[in-house]
Amino acid sequence: MRYVDPHIHMVSRITDDYVRMARAGCVAVSEPAFWAGFDRGSAEAFRDYFRQLVEFEPRRAAAFGIHHFCWLCINAKEAENVSLAREVIAVIPEFLDRPGVLGIGEIGLNKNTANEVAIFEAQVELALKTDELLLVHTPHLADKYKGTRMILDILSSDARVKPGRVLIDHVEEHTIRHVLDGGFWAGITLYPTTKCTPERAVDLVERYGSQRIMANSAGDWGPSNPMNVPDFVRALRERGHDDQAIQRLVYDNPLRYFSQSPRCNFPPESLEPA
Amino acid sequence: MRALLDARTMFDREFLNIRARLLEVAAALDRVDRAAGRNKIGTDDRWPQVSAAVRVLCDGAPDRAERVEMVFSDPYDPNWRTPSSR
Repeated sequence: MRYVDPHIHMVSRITDDYVRMARAGCVAVSEPAFWAGFDRGSAEAFRDYFRQLVEFEPRRAAAFGIHHFCWLCINAKEAENVSLAREVIAVIPEFLDRPGVLGIGEIGLNKNTANEVAIFEAQVELALKTDELLLVHTPHLADKYKGTRMILDILSSDARVKPGRVLIDHVEEHTIRHVLDGGFWAGITLYPTTKCTPERAVDLVERYGSQRIMANSAGDWGPSNPMNVPDFVRALRERGHDDQAIQRLVYDNPLRYFSQSPRCNFPPESLEPA
Repeated sequence: MRALLDARTMFDREFLNIRARLLEVAAALDRVDRAAGRNKIGTDDRWPQVSAAVRVLCDGAPDRAERVEMVFSDPYDPNWRTPSSR
């Protein structure tokens, strides 16, 4: 089965992961800009990182028949450094017209601080001015519920924000209803210990349906598994769901969301009607 | 999408997973008890969260996963933007 991983940090993965993903049916990945595990020292460091996302990773992915999309931003963790964050936000427009850049992400909150809110709002403003899609990170663990509600408050209070152009990621049982009720897209992240399992993700789609929902591995430099979307496919099959229903979640939905960007240059084939 | 398997099938499939994961929790709590200095962490404010989460598992009400998440979540104040709530 063809699938898309709509949130994975391939800059932190080895090339063997592309091989395994291609073998499992991956045809496209979408890679948001993220925290590298340390705080970068300058806006120039981000410029180089953005070049890696828009130039090198698409070539590396293409060698295995995988199409690579990316998103650009200053992430929630490094947003705490407001002066650096504002410099990085000024760099982002240099890259927005590059092929495969889908929009601004993954912006969001981390510890739900006032600085993080200010930089989140500044990047939402940039996305609205340049008519970009948004990919939003919701905080980890104890901070997730509060941070998700704050993010939804910010987005819902601005009439210019179209919920169908916003993907709120890392939803779990206590946040998914608020995201879907607001008309936003919801990303379920399959990540050990701190986020969902494939089995819980199947529970969520059985409860809330498959409209505006997608699943991702968020594979990164921590213990994580780029095979988690294929494991989600396996878990859906074990519960008796057919290939058409599964394809809607792991192929049609991500591409339906991405195709709202004029730079989504991956040809979606026979997408099922929404 | 809706659940396709009946409750008997689901319980038969999940019972060993439930058993294994409850054993993991029990063993982890034993591990903490055996560690040196156990008497010094009795007032850690995460213990009431663990107890509350276990009570959710046993109370027979629905939406246990969501309620366990909320046990471990910081509270949300809808007035977070107003200066007095900071």
